[in-house]
Amino acid sequence: MFAIRNIGTKTFRLCRNLAQKNVANLSTSTDTINRSLYNFSDEEVQLKETVGRLAREKIEPKVREMEQQGDVLPEIRQLMFDNGLMGIEIPEEYGGSGLNFFSSIIAIEEFAKVDSVIGGLVDLQNTVVNTLLLHNGSKELLDKYCPRLAKDMIGSFCLSESSSGSDAFAMRTSASKNGDYYTINGNKLWISNSKHAGVFFVMANVNPSLGYKGITCFVVDRDTPGLTIGKNEDKLGLLASSTCAVHFDDVKVHEKNILGKIGQGYKYAISILNEGRIGIGAQMIGLAQGCFDKTIAYTRERQQFGQRIFDFQGMQHQISHVATQLEAARLLVYNAARLKEAGKPFIKEAAMAKYFASEVACQTTSKCIDWMGGVGYTKDYPIEKYYRDCKVGTIYEGTSNIQLNTIAKLIDAEFK
Amino acid sequence: MSLRILVGCKRAIDYAVKIQVKSDLSGVVTEGVKHALNPFDEIAMEEAVRLKEKKLANEVIAVSCGPAQSQDVLRTALALGADKAVHVEVPAKEYETLQPIHVSKILAKLAEQEKVDLIILGKQAIDDDCNQTGQMTAAVLNWPQATFASKLQLKDKEATCEREIDGGLETISIKLPAVVTADLRLNTPRYATLPNIMKAKKKPLKKFSPKDLGVDITPRQEIVKVCEPPKRQGGGKVASTEELVERIKKLGVN
Repeated sequence: MFAIRNIGTKTFRLCRNLAQKNVANLSTSTDTINRSLYNFSDEEVQLKETVGRLAREKIEPKVREMEQQGDVLPEIRQLMFDNGLMGIEIPEEYGGSGLNFFSSIIAIEEFAKVDSVIGGLVDLQNTVVNTLLLHNGSKELLDKYCPRLAKDMIGSFCLSESSSGSDAFAMRTSASKNGDYYTINGNKLWISNSKHAGVFFVMANVNPSLGYKGITCFVVDRDTPGLTIGKNEDKLGLLASSTCAVHFDDVKVHEKNILGKIGQGYKYAISILNEGRIGIGAQMIGLAQGCFDKTIAYTRERQQFGQRIFDFQGMQHQISHVATQLEAARLLVYNAARLKEAGKPFIKEAAMAKYFASEVACQTTSKCIDWMGGVGYTKDYPIEKYYRDCKVGTIYEGTSNIQLNTIAKLIDAEFK
Repeated sequence: MSLRILVGCKRAIDYAVKIQVKSDLSGVVTEGVKHALNPFDEIAMEEAVRLKEKKLANEVIAVSCGPAQSQDVLRTALALGADKAVHVEVPAKEYETLQPIHVSKILAKLAEQEKVDLIILGKQAIDDDCNQTGQMTAAVLNWPQATFASKLQLKDKEATCEREIDGGLETISIKLPAVVTADLRLNTPRYATLPNIMKAKKKPLKKFSPKDLGVDITPRQEIVKVCEPPKRQGGGKVASTEELVERIKKLGVN
């Protein structure tokens, strides 16, 4: 079976030893109290190992194929559902896995090491879609959608439009009331996972004269007449992840499909993005670590001028610098996640984590291509994919500049 | 037919780890090294869980003999579908000299205590490659054995087993209770799903010491030396097939 599980070249198997040594140290069967951020519950350790194995054994061999096809393979999507990875925090009574927030973070990180598309799929479903529903849904909506989201249905979050990205509240999609129905008209853009989503959480304004206080969240089934999925954007990276326009032409939605309260959509959006940020942070550190591990394994084998390229002091200094940045990014992400779990204020830390992790991922992947040399530039090696995939990290779910604004606002408030 | 199945789960060094010999040549480095459930024991676990799903078995008990860390593989076994786990705690120092002969007596005692109908073990552990525990356990219990199983079918109180042997495949029929050892191609193990990892927390885990089971684990062997195999010498080049034949003849190979 270990023969069957043989994947990739010898080089990449070597890098797994490194990753595994780290996991060995995470065993909780020790005597001293571990207050470091590498302190995982038994379930979290098991989850990390199981997901890591699943990612390496089942997903890694298919990554290139999925990128070339521009889509996640149906069997991979099914695998994610079958293993309970699309309903990590959904309660067990709905068929979910009933785990904690940090478990989602671990799963996202482990998948992103192998393919940030899968990391992104797990991130959006768990930290955005499911959380939005669980925090704000009526019992009726929870009973209807939670089991599906855990079992076989992908959800999509529709906020951005062509003229409202960072300025999300300037959205033009409207919802006008007709008895106990609302009619939604508008066009959402940049909607991740929309190609296969079965349900859409749509932010639309019921009363534009109220400005952002009219924004309301509607839960819209895919087969609702008037809802059409537009073209998939031709992107630089994350090619296997669908990013389509979603068009709403007189889409009728019953008022019981309003998530939470009318006019509170803006609050839900802000709240969900504050948490989802940590998930993106996890995706970025996973991406950077996956890229880094493969590259270091190469530098320890590649020889020039009679020695390993790893042994040149110039290389060692660069490598150590990047490794330190990556470690710092991981600790920011883990800390923000644990603060959120503990019910403590975490918004500043989450913004810092997302901002730092995405910037570090870009630095890391760029340096990794340098260290790989010519082969880093070719598609025969997986490194260039990490480089292309990471760039969106500084843009989506709040650009780096927006994160910096948020952090500054919170610093200001601390000194009041 | 509702069988009770005992599955052996050994905590062994993970298959992907590069093994290093300790500097004092007394053994291999295990401190801080990644361990996992023995791959053949995973296959054994998978087979047991499948029998439960087919409603041929109603309880699967996972057992592990070893130090405190052995509980990790028991948790994995519970997450894979075992109903309860038994940890036979052997302190680290004594574990170094624990041998299949001891383990087989422990398993035999547990099998009697738990009134099991079928014991499924991995054919061997990937750390010592002994390939003895299954056979010895059957002998202690005086039960039939089907080792190197690549197919297992149960009907009434009989098991039909296809075995991988040197000459090919052999099919035998044995009466339960029996011992089966799993070979590579018996099945492809599942991953522990997240809901099952959570459910595993609530499943019972009992602890015994070898003494509780009346088994003496006094070492019967002394490890004299553990060292790496000699480094591979490079081969030589020959100019023609005739020269190759000459060289082979000289080495005394016919």
